Amino acid sequence: MRNTKEKWQAFLLVSPSILAVAIFVYGFIGWTARVSLTDWKGLLPDYTWAGLKNYINLLTNDPRFQVDIRNTLLFTIPFILGTLFLGLITALLLDQGLKGEGFFRSLFLFPMAISYIVTGVVWRWLMNPAAGSRMTGLNLLFSKLGLDFLNSSYTATPYWGMAFIAIPAIWQLSGYCMALYLAGLRAIPDELREAARVDGASEFELFRYVIMPLLRPVTLSALIILGHMSLKTFDLIIATAGKQYAMDMPSIYMWNTTFDAHLYGNGAAISILLLISVAALIIPYLFYSLRTEAQA
Amino acid sequence: MIRSKTRYLSYIPLVLLAAFYLLPMYVMVVTGIKGLDEVSIKTMWNLPRQLSMANFIEAYGELKPYLWNSLRMVIPAAVLSSILGSLNGYVLAKWKFKGADVIFPLILFGMFIPYQSILIPLVDFLHKINLYGGIPGLILVHIIYGIPITTLTFRNYYASIPNELVEASKMDGAGMMRIYWNILLPISIPSFVVVLIWQFTQAWNDFLFSVVVTSSKNWTVTVGLNNLAGGQIIAWNVQMAASLIAAIPTLLVYIILGKYFIRGMMAGALKG
Repeated sequence: MRNTKEKWQAFLLVSPSILAVAIFVYGFIGWTARVSLTDWKGLLPDYTWAGLKNYINLLTNDPRFQVDIRNTLLFTIPFILGTLFLGLITALLLDQGLKGEGFFRSLFLFPMAISYIVTGVVWRWLMNPAAGSRMTGLNLLFSKLGLDFLNSSYTATPYWGMAFIAIPAIWQLSGYCMALYLAGLRAIPDELREAARVDGASEFELFRYVIMPLLRPVTLSALIILGHMSLKTFDLIIATAGKQYAMDMPSIYMWNTTFDAHLYGNGAAISILLLISVAALIIPYLFYSLRTEAQA
Repeated sequence: MIRSKTRYLSYIPLVLLAAFYLLPMYVMVVTGIKGLDEVSIKTMWNLPRQLSMANFIEAYGELKPYLWNSLRMVIPAAVLSSILGSLNGYVLAKWKFKGADVIFPLILFGMFIPYQSILIPLVDFLHKINLYGGIPGLILVHIIYGIPITTLTFRNYYASIPNELVEASKMDGAGMMRIYWNILLPISIPSFVVVLIWQFTQAWNDFLFSVVVTSSKNWTVTVGLNNLAGGQIIAWNVQMAASLIAAIPTLLVYIILGKYFIRGMMAGALKG
């Protein structure tokens, strides 16, 4: 029934957005990729071909990038495990129809409304590593509560410091993960639980053999979303730890080397490596999401 | 019986977790309202003996230009990207043209990319069109990189509206824009609220774009706050007050319109 005129009208209506995304996303990525294959240093553009030199240098010969990869892992592993765990626990606690459920849910989610910069500024004080008479923040609180054994030097801890950035990140995102799990739990029909109980399953068995397998798609979605966020983490580290070598990540290295040191070729190569790692997670996820949507 | 008992035991971990989530809020509020004579790192956990607004007044003085910049940027950015998202979502849900199913995922990918991978051309481009350094350039950036999420939210909403509604109006001779204006737009007000507050929150909280594409006099509040907190000049009690001020606009939106905020948040997960 649709005529050609209407189809053209529809296309015209979305064409400004399509054009904008084509240029600002794909065109710019292509441009960055081109810059990554040059030796562009300094403020004046230099598109002389340099091949894969920047990539080879980053991956084989750059101690700072080695630190970045190590730091990404040190941050990502506790961040994802902690967020998934806390998200699941809070969702299970709140899925029992307790009084005050709405209050707790809103409370666990409010950090999502706050910027990473605010989170980072406050947690920098909470995770103050000073000891003795200068002791403050969490360490001071732990001492007052008689929990001195929890005292830590946080991000100032040699080698492991980066892992402590996971604490504010978990604080910020576990509520999001809870919301994902709650939606998953609500989608499980009550009959299924009742049937398992009638068959004599204990609450633990019900959880282990009925609920958990049904939540697996939620866990997978959460894993991918958190994983790609973790790779992109930038503001939170800047605000919590400032720019310091020990707390470096590819996102910060790129910013530093491009806009402070004007090593554009190097910065572009870092950002393309970052993009590839994010795309490896997101592209399969996009296909999977849109396909299951089409089937539904 | 056992079930109901364990249910009440659940309040113990819930209250402990609530304390964990509230900890930073406690520090910001309590430190912010303490008088200067009471501020010492050794007593940071003590409640104030008397209330003082001095920290907030000083913090507001420091942040004022950045708060104003954020506000000037965030409102047009949120409104314009919502309008674009609504039109795109309408077409992609109800007027699919050839290739629409390929274009949609290509648009969506744009919301997941690390923005570092477009910053070098972006800065260059903004220089070329004379928008580098100012608020209009930052607004443009937020509108364009907001297209994927706003389109997604509206498309999913319009897809849930029965096609019969559109078909019936077509029979009556209504054109594409008439149907949008008279039928779909009026019922999509809740989606506009969802998208508007989501984009407001995202743009207000953004740091990377602001720090890269604006010059220092046009910095937004996140950049202003980060600089203020990173230096040695501003006392920590003022830093806490400033953090709270920077968080209040989005927190208020969350408290008042939380339901809509959560819907926006879940849309970003694609299939929450």
